[in-house]
Order: sequence, then C-alpha cells, then structure tokens
Amino acid sequence: MFKTVRMTVNGKAVELAVDERESLTDTLRERLGLTSVKKGCEVGECGACTVLIDGVSKNSCIYLTVWADGHEIITVEGIRGKNGLLHPVQQAFVDEAAIQCGFCTPGLILTGVELVNSGKKYSRAELRERISGHLCRCTGYENILRALEKVVGSESD
Amino acid sequence: MYDIKTTYNAKSVREALRLLSENEGAVIVCGGTDVMIRIRELKLRRATLISILDIPELCEIHLDTNEDLLIGPGCCFAAICGNDLIRAHVPMLADACNQVGSPQIRNIATIGGNICNGAVSADSVPALMVLDAMLELTGADGSRVVPIREFHTGPGKTVLKADSEILTCIRIPRAKYTDHGGCYLKFGMRNAMEIATLGCAVNAALTRDGTIRDFAIAFGVAAPTPLRCPEAEALMVGKKATPALIRELRKAVLLETRPRDSWRASKELRLQLIQELSERATVQAIENCGGEIHV
Repeated sequence: MFKTVRMTVNGKAVELAVDERESLTDTLRERLGLTSVKKGCEVGECGACTVLIDGVSKNSCIYLTVWADGHEIITVEGIRGKNGLLHPVQQAFVDEAAIQCGFCTPGLILTGVELVNSGKKYSRAELRERISGHLCRCTGYENILRALEKVVGSESD
Repeated sequence: MYDIKTTYNAKSVREALRLLSENEGAVIVCGGTDVMIRIRELKLRRATLISILDIPELCEIHLDTNEDLLIGPGCCFAAICGNDLIRAHVPMLADACNQVGSPQIRNIATIGGNICNGAVSADSVPALMVLDAMLELTGADGSRVVPIREFHTGPGKTVLKADSEILTCIRIPRAKYTDHGGCYLKFGMRNAMEIATLGCAVNAALTRDGTIRDFAIAFGVAAPTPLRCPEAEALMVGKKATPALIRELRKAVLLETRPRDSWRASKELRLQLIQELSERATVQAIENCGGEIHV
C-alpha cells in the first residue's frame, strides 16, 4: 500500500507517496535521485547506506521510509556550504586521499559530519571506534583516520 | 522491497496494544535492527509491523521515588550509554550497551528489543540479570512484573505473550546498584559488529572489612538461554575475595553452564572462556566496588 510521507530532505520539505515496503535507501535513491546513498550489504552491517536522521547516523537500508515521517534526513548531497564549497570533512578526505573506490565514502563523510556537529574532539582510538560501522575494503582506514583527525582530532592540534 | 503486508505507527502503548489485538500475527518493531533482518532473510514473511519507535513514554530514564532506576525499553543503546543516571549508577550497563553492533546500530537499536528478541547472545541481558532487573509487561488488562531471570525460556523464546503484551519498563532495584561494583566482559573475534562468542557479567558488593556481601554472575551464550549461576554465587558470599576463592569460582561456574559447539566457536573454547571471563569480570567488579584481589 502507498502511504504519504512528509519529511525534510537536505533542508527541503518533501511530501511523497511511498510504498510502505520501501527502505529509506530505496526512496532516497530511486524517488529522490540521491545516489550518494549506497546499497551495500542491506542488513545494517557495512554502513554504505548511512544517512543522518535528525542529525544522528543510522543505516537507511533497515529503516522503512514510512518511519521517516516528520523527520529530517541529510545525505552527502545536502552538506555543501552556502558558498558552494565542500564541507570541511569532504575537503579533508580529498586532501588526505582518503578515497579509493569511493563506495564507503558518503557514509563515512556523514559520520564525520555527525562528529563535527557534536562539537567534541576525538582521539585516534575514539575515531577508530566511531567509524567501526563502516566497512572500507580499499584503504585500510589509515587515510580515512588521518582525514578525520584533521577535522575533529584531539591529537592533531 | 521488504516482504511487508502492512505497517502501523503507534503513538502510545495503548494504541500499540489495540493494533496488536486487531492484527493476528503482527510483530512489534522498534529500532528494527533484528526484525528487519529477519524479514530480509525471509524468516518473517508478509509481515504486519507495528512500530513503537515514536512512543515518547517508552524512552525515559529516571529514578523512581524509592530510587529504583527505571529504564524505558524504547531507549536506544546510544541513549543509554550517554545517560548520566546510567553512567553514575550502573556503569556496567553502559559498558555492555556500548559493545552492541556499531555506532549506527546503537543509534537506533533498543534495549527492549535486545531483551524481547530472546537472543542468547544479547549483550545487555547478562548485565541486567546480575542487577536483578524486573521487567514490566503490559497487556490490555494491566501489567505484570517478571524478573529478567525468569524471562528467557529457550533460544529466541521468552515468557512475553507476543500477541498481546509489550515490555513497558525495566526496573533496576536500588539495593542492587548502591555500593555495588559491576563488570561486563564480551569475547568476540573482532570489536565491532560482532555477536558475542561469550559474555559474562558480575555485580558485587563488599562489607567494610572486604568480605563479599553480595555477588551475582551471569552469562550469555553459555547455555540455551542467558543465565545466572546461583550455586557459584552462594560459594562467594560471606568470604574474603582471595585468589583461592577465584580458583573455586572458576570450577563452580562450569557446573551450572552448558555451552555447545556452534560454527562461531567450539564447546572447548567456550568452557575456557567461561572460566577466564568469570575470573577477569570478578576481579574487575570487586575493584570497581573498592576491593582488591591479587591473582
């Protein structure tokens, strides 16, 4: 059955009819064209589908779109600054070459944005723990940790 | 697409109970990190889901007038880990909750789901068991209270009447956290996104002269259900915490646990873990309530 969902996606109010069997990943990708949200394991293990729901990182693959009614969703498409520049986390990933195939990157960037928004600084051990819900099969995580340390690291400054 | 027939979004416990009674075979879902996987694996088909994710009354953590700690089962693990009351009174529970899944999972998976799912590996359950947590199960005709020790009946099986009841409150008695020290240890092959190979929780209190006055030990994945070891506990109470006593505990816990072989680990490894984690968790718990054992 189709149900009407009202939510805010990347700052814009959205009202759309969705199939109630749909995951938020599918709605964002197929209905709204937000293909930064990746389909990986689809069982909440790899973190490629991570989005921010009311500012909190969650796996959108095991979250039904009908549950998003009344909530605020942010994907990587929605984090660019007003001046059009990359978000500091994105810039740090570019500077540190923290990207290889790029599949895990949008999810990791959003976890990075969540960390920035917390206003806290994190040690390397804490950062390793905070990104443990993202699987990256290319980089070995070193450059990803370096990029995050540049923005929210407690040991870098 | 998930194999779902209908979804409902309950705004109150009363509404959730009504929807449950009107829809045969309906399943309560909160964070969805277990239920959605079951649908994905086709273990649950043509599902009717009643979401209780948006019920604020299930998401509170506060002290009762008698200072028992009340935890709403709809609290996600991240909320529990970050809560000041939990960290002050039952830091062991915060530790246990912080070892579930990944940050994204802990941002939505709930402690109530962890309990009601009935998994033998649930990280929060051994900790709640040694704290003598009481579960309030609410149905259309009122509530009943079940000690968590009597809640699990088999792998994935509990006394909750899933077609007519909802877990509405987790109560931790004041007497079980005041002047107590606790510890939960989890053994797994990796640190994140891991199901416990074995979990062990200890909650202890000492008298002024260092005698053990209260002692509780519970395990996950050491039997068909999470379980306490009352005889091992009785062995400890009234004695000084010495290395010799810990050696006795290591033997005693083997008599009350029944681990098995699984693809995750052999029975032999689990037997060794039961002994080793018992010792380590006990030493840490006693340290956490102001004592000391040199092992």
